[in-house]
Amino acid sequence: MGTSRRTFLRAGGLAALALAAGGALYRANRDTAPHRFALDGEARAALHAIAPAILLGASPPGAALDATIDAVHAAILGLPPATQKEVQDLFGLLALAPARRLLTGVSGGWEHARTEDVSAFLQDWRLHRLGLLRSAYHALHDLVLGAWYAQESSWAATGYPGPMKELA
Amino acid sequence: MSIVPDPIRAGLAKGWKVVDASTLIDDRSLSADVVIVGSGAGGGVTAEILARAGLNVIIVEEGALKSSSDFKMRESEAYPALYQESAARKTSDKGINILQGRTVGGSTVVNWTSSFRTPPATLDWWRRHHALPGMTPDALAPWFAMMEARLQIADWPGAPNENNDVLRRGADKLGIATGLIRRNVNGCWNLGYCGMGCPTNAKQSMLVTTIPAALEQGATLLTRARAERFSIQGERAGELTCHALDAAGVHTTGRKLTLRARHYVVAGGAINSPALLLRSKAPDPSGLLGKRTFLHPTVISAAFFPQRVEAWQGAPQTVYSDHFLQGAMDGPIGYKLEAPPLHPLLLATTMSGFGAQHAQMMREFPHLQGMLALLRDGFHEDVPGGAVRLRADGSPELDYPLNDYLWDGARRALLTMAEIQFAAGAKEVLPAHEMARRYRSWPEARAAIATLPQGLQLTRVASAHVMGGCAMSADEKLGVTTPDGRYWGLDNVSVHDGSLFPTSLGANPQLSIYGLAAKLASALATSLKEARA
Repeated sequence: MGTSRRTFLRAGGLAALALAAGGALYRANRDTAPHRFALDGEARAALHAIAPAILLGASPPGAALDATIDAVHAAILGLPPATQKEVQDLFGLLALAPARRLLTGVSGGWEHARTEDVSAFLQDWRLHRLGLLRSAYHALHDLVLGAWYAQESSWAATGYPGPMKELA
Repeated sequence: MSIVPDPIRAGLAKGWKVVDASTLIDDRSLSADVVIVGSGAGGGVTAEILARAGLNVIIVEEGALKSSSDFKMRESEAYPALYQESAARKTSDKGINILQGRTVGGSTVVNWTSSFRTPPATLDWWRRHHALPGMTPDALAPWFAMMEARLQIADWPGAPNENNDVLRRGADKLGIATGLIRRNVNGCWNLGYCGMGCPTNAKQSMLVTTIPAALEQGATLLTRARAERFSIQGERAGELTCHALDAAGVHTTGRKLTLRARHYVVAGGAINSPALLLRSKAPDPSGLLGKRTFLHPTVISAAFFPQRVEAWQGAPQTVYSDHFLQGAMDGPIGYKLEAPPLHPLLLATTMSGFGAQHAQMMREFPHLQGMLALLRDGFHEDVPGGAVRLRADGSPELDYPLNDYLWDGARRALLTMAEIQFAAGAKEVLPAHEMARRYRSWPEARAAIATLPQGLQLTRVASAHVMGGCAMSADEKLGVTTPDGRYWGLDNVSVHDGSLFPTSLGANPQLSIYGLAAKLASALATSLKEARA
């Protein structure tokens, strides 16, 4: 909850510009075919930092999240190409250090991000006056929670018994 | 080997004509009397009626052919396999999440079986405001009766599950009338997984009724084939080009199918049907193609009960209330109340927040009850609905602006649902809204919801009912199609799906689509056979 976060809260139009430019830059610098989403490098590191904040209380602290991250990746690959491009832009933005600092207030790399700082920027995005950042929050919310609760291993904690064994 | 017989796999083994376009290594050309785009409520009914009339029919479906052996009651598999955009289709400003089927049988494979005839007040509005003098309850009754018999639509003999009974009991305490929902099922096991494809074939979706009947009559089914565009010459559609999709249904493979027919029926649902016609640059004399798209924008309230609710099990929708639809159609927006089945993925993503609070809510899942209010859009001048647009890659996107008229309805609906939930004994109520908290009493909820800002991406809004965009009207200036479903400006194209509705319905749409499609397809069969004779 330091100064950097307040800086980003004032960013406004600059943030929107960065969001648009960041995604395009990220896509332009990738070798993969257009619209074929790859979650790797800093983008994957960003998700590794963000998922524990979203899943705080659901996933035990320090638990391996690789299965969840892979499930997020698989879910993205099932989306239509136009939507994959939007998600690619979001992760491209998160992967760019200047955009990360401006929009999230996370100053070091993602691997050093503290969960409370991540929670703070998510909360800011959630109610932000810029629709783009609210949309980005919702995308992360839906992707991470969807991937987590899709996994059978998450059900016991919720009391959901899962489908009838004889038919499943 | 499943303990449930799979009629689809049996039919395939018997030699039904089904082509999975994802496996094509060459382009293909096919011709028929009629090509039907879409295999859901409109396309399925049309396919059976035309095939039984002796017409040679090709059905084009963007989804895959999945059947009971594939339906494993898992959200992780069902949403990508059976829904448009993995059940994450959204309006262009991301304000509304849209659930639509994309599989053989369309949304009927994943809907919650709620069956209502078109409300008389809605038909009355259409007669007075949309130049549809023939749309009377009496004129439609035989078609509804025919489809009710065909799809075994009847009163549900079982008791409502607790999730639905909360709506019944709470409303009753407040003097709000409720009714019981009729369902299209035969031998239902009361499992609660209608939204993931019925694993026992009890649900009488198009997948197990009209589509097999059409295939038995010799119809051809193309799956993983996306209808891309008609070539239009003057007032006729010449051929229809379809693109093959890969096995996952995400990317095109480069293979094309060229289809030729005397007549085309567009039944791809109220987003994809207008999109096909827009891509084809079809004439649009009224300027209304893809316009006036309605959604029944739906707001959601969760409640925590002392007793177990287990909203995942049992027939998903059995109780409704139309109490808040009794006002003037063009007054403040009215809403229908229902209960949704809850499963972990959809619950977790629909409810707001993250971290510890969200995890705590999920731990109380067995005690959670869900309630829905479906706003009846399309009647007041402040709710002209949405517009289907094409993205740069030709894919469709629905622009549906949410405005103060709708937000007023959302607020009233959230208040109503909280009051009913508390009246039924809820300990706490949590509206699906980014700024809402768990409220511990009706007075606390009433005060809080009264001042909760209603706005884009603050209030959760969903839709499972996409309607309009090719509205019927006898007046060429007021509609895209005639009252017979014929496309204004194209002699050999009809539309047979929910895009025909000139407003929303104020009720779950499947039976309205079945009845209307049966009426239109029967007339079309007669006219095509006369033309051939």
